[in-house]
Amino acid sequence: MSRPLNARRTHGVDKNVWVEFTQLAADYKPVNLGQGFPDFSPPPFIQEAFCKAVSGGPSMHQYTRAFGHPPLVKIGAYQALFSACQAVVDDGDEVIVVEPFFDCYKPMVLMAGGTPVYVPLRPSSSIQSSGDWVLSAEELSSKITPRTKAIMINTPNNPLGKVFKTEELQMIADLCIKHNLLCISDEVYEWLTYDGAEHVKIASLPGMWERTITIGSAGKTFSATGWKVGWAIGSRHVMKYIKTIHQNTVYHCATAAQEAVAHGFDREYELFGTPESYFQQLPALLQQKRKRLALCLESVGLKPIMPEGGYFIMADISSFNDENTKDEPYDFRFVKWLIKEKGLATIPVSAFYSSEHSKDFEKYIRFCFVKDSTLNDAEAILRKWSQEQQNSSM
Amino acid sequence: MNTAQLLSCTRLAFQSLNVICKRSFWVSQCMMASRHTNAKRIEGLDKNVWVAFTSVAADPSIVNLGQGYPDIPPPSYIKEGLAKAASVDKMNQYTRGFGHPSLVKALSQVYGKVYGRPIDPLNEILVTVGGYGSLFSTIQALVEEGDEVIIIEPFFDCYVPMVRMAGAKPVLIPLRCSKKQFITSADWKLDPDELSSKFNSKTKAIIINNPNNPLGKVFTRDELQTIANLCIEHDVLCFSDEVYEWITYKGHQHIKIATLPEMWDRTITISSAGKTFSVTGWKLGWSIGPEHLVKHLQTVMQNTLYTCATPLQEAVAQGLLLNFDLMGQPECYFTSLADELQEKRDRLANIVQAAGMTPVIPEGGYFMLVDVTSLNQDLSHMVEDESYDYKFVKWMIKEKKLAAIPVTAFVGDDSKKHFEKYIRLCFIKVIKYSISSISVFCGEENRNLLFFCFFWGFFCHQQQDSTLEAAGNILKNWKI
Repeated sequence: MSRPLNARRTHGVDKNVWVEFTQLAADYKPVNLGQGFPDFSPPPFIQEAFCKAVSGGPSMHQYTRAFGHPPLVKIGAYQALFSACQAVVDDGDEVIVVEPFFDCYKPMVLMAGGTPVYVPLRPSSSIQSSGDWVLSAEELSSKITPRTKAIMINTPNNPLGKVFKTEELQMIADLCIKHNLLCISDEVYEWLTYDGAEHVKIASLPGMWERTITIGSAGKTFSATGWKVGWAIGSRHVMKYIKTIHQNTVYHCATAAQEAVAHGFDREYELFGTPESYFQQLPALLQQKRKRLALCLESVGLKPIMPEGGYFIMADISSFNDENTKDEPYDFRFVKWLIKEKGLATIPVSAFYSSEHSKDFEKYIRFCFVKDSTLNDAEAILRKWSQEQQNSSM
Repeated sequence: MNTAQLLSCTRLAFQSLNVICKRSFWVSQCMMASRHTNAKRIEGLDKNVWVAFTSVAADPSIVNLGQGYPDIPPPSYIKEGLAKAASVDKMNQYTRGFGHPSLVKALSQVYGKVYGRPIDPLNEILVTVGGYGSLFSTIQALVEEGDEVIIIEPFFDCYVPMVRMAGAKPVLIPLRCSKKQFITSADWKLDPDELSSKFNSKTKAIIINNPNNPLGKVFTRDELQTIANLCIEHDVLCFSDEVYEWITYKGHQHIKIATLPEMWDRTITISSAGKTFSVTGWKLGWSIGPEHLVKHLQTVMQNTLYTCATPLQEAVAQGLLLNFDLMGQPECYFTSLADELQEKRDRLANIVQAAGMTPVIPEGGYFMLVDVTSLNQDLSHMVEDESYDYKFVKWMIKEKKLAAIPVTAFVGDDSKKHFEKYIRLCFIKVIKYSISSISVFCGEENRNLLFFCFFWGFFCHQQQDSTLEAAGNILKNWKI
């Protein structure tokens, strides 16, 4: 064949941080605080809802309404993001991506023929909390050109855990309105905020509903990442384009899982704001785990940046000096060392940055604390490590 | 200012604000409309026959022989397998992106036997969201602007929009039938010279669907060889949609084009758990092919969905292993489903014939084309600019409460005139007292045949309320 075999849209998007580190984890079998999924079960009410759906009549196992059982449902937030990009991003469009970004945003924009333009969150003087990492309004504004189509934000943010405040979202909204941009807001961790931080939906700000696509995830909401049910919510005129993508890509999503998630939401709606609500219980549980892990990290000289929301905690590794200069970024080398020497798996944070900015962020690694027994094992490793450091300094 | 005045002012202020808001909303909508239209890749792809007809047929008073999904129950072990999988903690979390390990191993076992060659579970298989998702990742991975893709008519309707979304040009070629009576799907054939003329230097791939939806054609070895020869001669890929691979009727054998000489290296074969185990709502499928092709599908997968649902994959794996052990035996679902459907096919064909319509007996798959010409139904009162079959189906849904799918949805514009007297009926439906239902179309002289079939059906199937029964009732009362 004289033409290239694979389509140009697949060029340069084949490498993936998960593939690399999942393989390492499979090889060394470390205690895995790398990939972001719980090691505990979804709540009993949602598992029961799933089993009930499964044992329901034949219709539970056949196609349901294409656009969701309702509302507009996708195969996880991942597919919702993909559909949003495919629906509104054209060749030559620019899409502003706030860094650090969940790594799939870049290849999704590229696959749609767009150009990602990056604007990093930067730590202000104090970097104890994810709230101290901020966007510069001037820097953001300077990145907007006549080709800019949309801005992608993630709040709460993965990997940083930042929960954007109303005034920060307002700054972004003002620019969206001024320059007539769309906003794709990935809010999969919307129910997981700590220390009283409030999740604010940018779509609820004035002038934003009609230009925002908000993405959600049953997997993160109900600790059932393996169900791959997510959704996109937005105004009718934007959603119709996403529906067109949907009907020409997967057309339907699994019925039983949607049914179970629907029941889960019915239950939560009834219990909203009460102590029995999973949307209260899960963040309360995770807040404790976050604290535990942060203390352990501090004890070995890793400096945690306390996340206001989400599944993850970033830690500054710069106190571990590595004089060797290598081709690979420092955090990548550190993560590999941690897997091989300490049996502990994490994810390097520069994987969530563009090549333009990644060098500034090579001193951070990401831990997932939505774990039960794995967290106990990780704590043991970190305690032992801390002990070794104390012994060697004596 | 007193309270009343304050309230009045406030009310006025809100009214003004309301007007201002509405006005600026309208202005902003105009601006939005001009700037924020759809990406070019979906231009003209918004219409879809399923979207058009599924909502209409969803009315519970309509008997739906339209959309292709079973109302027979799936095997109990497959549902039990899903409940069991969901009760294991880690089965509710992410699994391997390109396919859950136990599923790809099971697929490797089953298809290794079918293909007669070892299949690498990690590099030659990709698990996707249904056959639909499999088609999408194949086309996105391997087709782009400037390419041409040959599609055989009638085709499952998503092929054309998917090829267009990838920026390529669909090139259509129809199956043609020369027989006038006692037609089966085998009588619909490709003209080899016409097929050859469609290949050129821009041709990237040909999509075949075997067994074919909507026609039910099961391609013979010779027919597949003709296609294969052209693929090899012109160095073209083959995307073979084989979701109905296990559903072939007596006397017909499903052959995988990938097993013909020199075809493995250039073929992606697409399959469906939904069609294999009668669980269309699970939306799981897989692509099988050589590593140098599958790796590009995997790239698409990791940037679109990343992974499929874990408990579903685990349950399908268990279902495959169970049936692998039974392969070749009558209890194997891969053969027993086809046996069950053959009876339904034959029964539906008899009813339809007795009612004065002409069925095209399918050699495989879930569907039957039915020629409605002889009914001479006058639809001149329907003034929409649509082909006859669209009008007929809409009329039939409204007047007779029976849903089918118009067959011109499965062909290009140039072929519409050859297909507009056909409707598609799905027969993977529960039968009980089926015959009386469809007898409405027929005259008195055929009623005896129908009542014979009725009693035969009654003794054969002791099941619950049936779609085919209801359809039969409608047809029986057609002329009343």
